[in-house]
Amino acid sequence: MNIINLILTDYTLQIVSLGSALLGIISGVLGSFAVIRKESLLGDAVSHSALPGIALAFLLTGTKNTEVLLLGALLSGLLSTFLINGISKYSRIKFDSALALILSVFFGGGLVLLTYIQKVPNANQAGLEKFIFGQASTVLLRDVKIIAILGTILLLLVLAFWKEFKIVSFDIDFAESLGFDTKKITFLLFAMIVTSIIIGLQTVGVILMSAMLTAPAVAARQWTDKLHIMVILSALFGAISGIGGTIVSSVVSKLPTGPMIVIIISTIVIISLALAPNRGLVWRYLRNVKNQRSIGEDQVLANLYHLYVNHDNEGHCHDLITINPDANLQQKGKENIQKQLEDLKKKGFTRSNSLDKWCITDSGIEYVENYFKEGEE
Amino acid sequence: MSPDLEIQIIAVIVAVACSLPGVFLVLRKMSMMSDAITHTILLGIVIAFFLTESLTSPLLIVGAAIMGVITVFLTEVLNNTKLVSEDSAIGIVFPLLFSIAIIIISKYAGSVHLDTDSVLLGELAYAPFDRLELFGRDIGPKAIYSMGTILIINLIFIIGFFKELKIVTFDPALATILGFMPSLIHYSLMTLVSVTAVGAFESVGSILVIAFMIGPPITAYLLTDDLKFMIILSALVGAINGVLGYQFAVYFDVSIAGSMAVMTGVVFLLVFVFAPKRGLVTMIRRRKSQRFEFAEKSLLFHVYNHEGDSDERVELGVDTIQNHVNWDKNFLNKIMKTLKEEKKVYIEDGIVKLTKEGRDFAIKSYEEIVSEF
Amino acid sequence: MKKNDYIIKVEDMTVAYSTKPVLWDIDLDIPKGVLMAIVGPNGAGKSTLIKAMLDLIKPVSGKVLFNGESYKEHRKHIGYVPQSESVDWDFPANVLDVVLMGRYGELGWFKRPGKKDKDLAIDALEKVGMKEFADRQISQLSGGQQQRIFLARALVQDADIYFMDEPFKGVDAKTEGAIVELLKELKNRGKTLIVVHHDLQTVPEYFDWVVLLNRQIVKVGPVEEVFTDENLNKTYKSTGQILKR
Repeated sequence: MNIINLILTDYTLQIVSLGSALLGIISGVLGSFAVIRKESLLGDAVSHSALPGIALAFLLTGTKNTEVLLLGALLSGLLSTFLINGISKYSRIKFDSALALILSVFFGGGLVLLTYIQKVPNANQAGLEKFIFGQASTVLLRDVKIIAILGTILLLLVLAFWKEFKIVSFDIDFAESLGFDTKKITFLLFAMIVTSIIIGLQTVGVILMSAMLTAPAVAARQWTDKLHIMVILSALFGAISGIGGTIVSSVVSKLPTGPMIVIIISTIVIISLALAPNRGLVWRYLRNVKNQRSIGEDQVLANLYHLYVNHDNEGHCHDLITINPDANLQQKGKENIQKQLEDLKKKGFTRSNSLDKWCITDSGIEYVENYFKEGEE
Repeated sequence: MSPDLEIQIIAVIVAVACSLPGVFLVLRKMSMMSDAITHTILLGIVIAFFLTESLTSPLLIVGAAIMGVITVFLTEVLNNTKLVSEDSAIGIVFPLLFSIAIIIISKYAGSVHLDTDSVLLGELAYAPFDRLELFGRDIGPKAIYSMGTILIINLIFIIGFFKELKIVTFDPALATILGFMPSLIHYSLMTLVSVTAVGAFESVGSILVIAFMIGPPITAYLLTDDLKFMIILSALVGAINGVLGYQFAVYFDVSIAGSMAVMTGVVFLLVFVFAPKRGLVTMIRRRKSQRFEFAEKSLLFHVYNHEGDSDERVELGVDTIQNHVNWDKNFLNKIMKTLKEEKKVYIEDGIVKLTKEGRDFAIKSYEEIVSEF
Repeated sequence: MKKNDYIIKVEDMTVAYSTKPVLWDIDLDIPKGVLMAIVGPNGAGKSTLIKAMLDLIKPVSGKVLFNGESYKEHRKHIGYVPQSESVDWDFPANVLDVVLMGRYGELGWFKRPGKKDKDLAIDALEKVGMKEFADRQISQLSGGQQQRIFLARALVQDADIYFMDEPFKGVDAKTEGAIVELLKELKNRGKTLIVVHHDLQTVPEYFDWVVLLNRQIVKVGPVEEVFTDENLNKTYKSTGQILKR
């Protein structure tokens, strides 16, 4: 009850939750594209690389207005990806190495600038470090408005260019052959992904931002095979973890918001990987067991069929050991085969007589013969 | 020894120790694993700290090493489900483990002498204050000995298993057949990366460890093709970055570790642009001359293909040839001029014709190209 | 054959990756309404040739004309079937989504595919025998089925000229037969088809026109005239690849 009360009355908490929710939606939507394009690590690089941009923007303008700092972050984020792509394109250095180098070098540059700012007299640098870990509690109504405006623009762009983004992400050559300007579309999409990363920095910080970009989309992917549903689900997961993380961290003292959001979204990922229908691991395990069993059943039926062919007599029934000679090795094997025969009986493929002997039925024979026919095709 | 010198010695030792396993990370295309490991070892350190309640216990290193290996393992497990691509797997595992560490630290911030800033950012400037005493005598900063030990372990591992590392890196399939157990080598290397990262993070912070692990090896990779030489060179580059970074930091009075990372980037960029064989400048110059040479051959071949044809006047006419090769007028004129000077073509009756030399050259270059593959 | 019967003219086209030449001064005239195979050894530049014709790779020199127009001007009449392994089949999309992409060029910016486009896509799926798979997730398709939906995607483009990059790769015998039927039907409706093909044995059976390519055009023309042992030897000789025929 306390919690609900808190949410209903605490103005700051409402603002911060709203900000985190918006951020979750934005990074959920754009992150979906980053994940299907296999660019999620680029998110990590961009967010780390934003730090010198933030410091430099402050150093040059002297203001700590969110929009100014974010613009700096955006520029240095874009510069870093330009460098990463340039290095991997024009040398033998692989993409991942270029990524790792640039992200840490830029981050180092950011630290250098931050320590420099500390020495500048009268510069009130306090609060710049919040971008390293993020500090949701410093989010103001003004910031939420900026997030909302940018977010609306990004989402409208996604809607407007939905078809273009989808086709360049799936099959860029085909898109080019249809006459789409794939370079411009790819750049627009990429710039939007970078923008969504930058928006999240204030709340989750540069180190954990990559999780915000990747995790909701990965979780959403497990539940659906449709891109638009994936994007919607991803936004939902992002929003849930944003709000959840903010509330938990404000209720429990000393819990930082960014890491809390990451833990919630990671939990959603784990649940999705395990339980999602069709793709989920539990689902897959059950399907394997079922397949195994039906292969086992087919085997038993095939043995019965061969016994029937050898004896050329449908009425001639057999005991378990004849049906599967291996079964007598263990009690468990015997039970198993008994169960399979019972299951087959339910399907009408076998019947048993009073002596607990088993034989194949007409429909069983038909099933086996069809089975082999299919296999030949 | 002055603190000044001590710091530089530590910087050099850290940089060299990091660059050694880094060479194999780069060659095994696992650079981003260093990003993951350097973050998650924090959780190992935190857990070990709560078990031992000491910040100096060697168990901290053990904890971190185990966590590094767990990180690699979890990423592989996630990737093996085929539900998540490799890059996403890394992007999920390390933020989660890192977040857990941050939450534990913040929760007990009051009682613990371990704050996130120092882990992430490190402070080399403090290293000389933490000294090691032997029989009551001061024998220098602790960091020199702890990092030095790690450096020696790395050296022994790389020298001792050089052959194994080489074959596992270049041809894992062959290595398996020959019985080298790639996964054992793989996990040993990852353990080494984790241990090195733990040792280094106090001085330079975990994020910048990535720069020291990846930067020098890729710089060396642009300068040499020989694995042994690449290892030596990257150790050297690492040392240079360390010293340059320190000088820069002192001059501007800024973060030492940050400056070292920046210098790593600067040195790499210089090599990337100016390297003798693989540098950008050389490459652009070479491409330009190759493009020119190639255009000459193309034009000769075009003439060769059409000489004597019924539409020779259209295909090879001085005024119409441009439409056919579809080149910029200036470029075409330049090529024509060179070819004429080299006496490979001449113009007769407004048609471009081959000299005997030109024809032989066209045939020869075609055969070269076709036999290339 | 009169000169203006050629629907595609490739003039003096040279293509290089960085500075390594892949195609060398290609002159190629393709008559309207042929079902043409591009044949040649590995590395001969077969895929490169169609990619360059489709303006996906910029040639070093030379040009391609479709009915006297550039690719850009003639684009709406050209359909393309890329190699099926060029995409990530775990992409979140179903069969209908992928086929609908063939309509995207027609739709232009901002517009979404509507009912009419869906009907066309279903028709195309029916033609390739995949109608009942419309809702199937693409990761669950076999190689042959993937190839079929790529074909369906090209069919909804309703083009006059089709480029296909190894449409028989990774395809079972039954699908191969079905694809050939479809190609022949398209040809009979007056379409021109250019197909990268690597199985020499089936060339005479499937195609009526053939290009023998080895970085350069070795020979081009009707299959019965051009597809001779002598020409094939000439095409494959420099590579040392074993001739399966």
